[in-house]
Amino acid sequence: MREIFKLTVVLTIICSAAATALALVYNLTKEPIAYQQRLKRLAAIRAVQPDYDNEPDKDFVDIKTNHGAKGNEGLTRFYITKKGSANTGVVFSVSAVGYGGPIGLMVGINPEGTISGIQILNHTETPGLGAKITEEKFVHQFNSKNLSNTNWALKKDGGELDQITGATISPRAVVNALHRGLVLFRNNREEILKGKRG
Amino acid sequence: MGFFSEFIKGLWRENPVFRIVLGICPTLAVSTQLSNGLGMGLAATFVLVGSNVFISLIRNVIPDKIRIPAFIVVISTFVTVVDLFMAAYTPALHERLGIFIPLIVVNCIILGRAEAFASKSTVWMSIADALGMGGGFTLALTLISSIRELLGNGTLLGIHVFPAAYSPAVIMILPPGAFLTIGILLGLFNYLSNRKSP
Repeated sequence: MREIFKLTVVLTIICSAAATALALVYNLTKEPIAYQQRLKRLAAIRAVQPDYDNEPDKDFVDIKTNHGAKGNEGLTRFYITKKGSANTGVVFSVSAVGYGGPIGLMVGINPEGTISGIQILNHTETPGLGAKITEEKFVHQFNSKNLSNTNWALKKDGGELDQITGATISPRAVVNALHRGLVLFRNNREEILKGKRG
Repeated sequence: MGFFSEFIKGLWRENPVFRIVLGICPTLAVSTQLSNGLGMGLAATFVLVGSNVFISLIRNVIPDKIRIPAFIVVISTFVTVVDLFMAAYTPALHERLGIFIPLIVVNCIILGRAEAFASKSTVWMSIADALGMGGGFTLALTLISSIRELLGNGTLLGIHVFPAAYSPAVIMILPPGAFLTIGILLGLFNYLSNRKSP
């Protein structure tokens, strides 16, 4: 009985010390981490739609979507880029289900819905194969494509978009996700371009 | 044994990867490119030094029955500290190493050294042991990831080394390449050390 008491006290002390240390480090790194995440978000926005002088990460519209995980409702955030007071475009992220897990994409379009650039934010595709979706050759082919001037499928699926040798699932997932994103924008275009209210 | 010989043993004679064959899981997984291997090695070394020092300090107050949970708490605290600091100050590396930073907790090198060395030795010697083992781990990861990046992608630290005509052996940066590289290196190291001491 005395032993179990001693063991409990010692382990409690060790755990409390660890918790205190972690709380300190968490507080210390909270700001820099938030800052890095904001930098990352702004860099991703700039990479796909460089033509703005506002703060798009504070100027956004959330649109409800019904293709979130397991059919649940999700939200897609549309960041609005402006120069002066004119809308220069909209940037949003979509996610696709790749071969190795989710693929996150940042998509920049002009107000008419034509792609100004896309970027792969995160992925866990096979290095050397599916991971080639991050290469310029693949990513740049989407520039200046929109819903009406392009058949949104890979060449081997009867479309006109370049695939990647040795990998089908990853590029197909990207193409489908982009198409879904463009359709979502088209269906909610007016609400998005009106911008944030209030 | 002196400080220096405790340090040097981890680099070669008791190299954690090539001689003791510990910590193979992260070694296989993150050694796809040199920058990942180096980053992982340094992060693990930091955790190893931190946990060895701390465990050596409290080795006389920890009852034998709860030493493993106590070690795990200390180790996971240091891992979380590394994780938070890397997220705050080296976001790019943090993103590439991903899940393998939190997984340093279960790296058997660290628990192994805590149990086999730090819990029985002075702080000073534990530092030497941690630096040696961490250095040996980093050295092994550097070697393996250089070979894999060079053969599998034709680059080193992202810089093209081989002429453009070289067609990379993609298998080297896929999981089979990790097994091949480690297997061949293990055999080589065994051969060399057997020759030295017949």
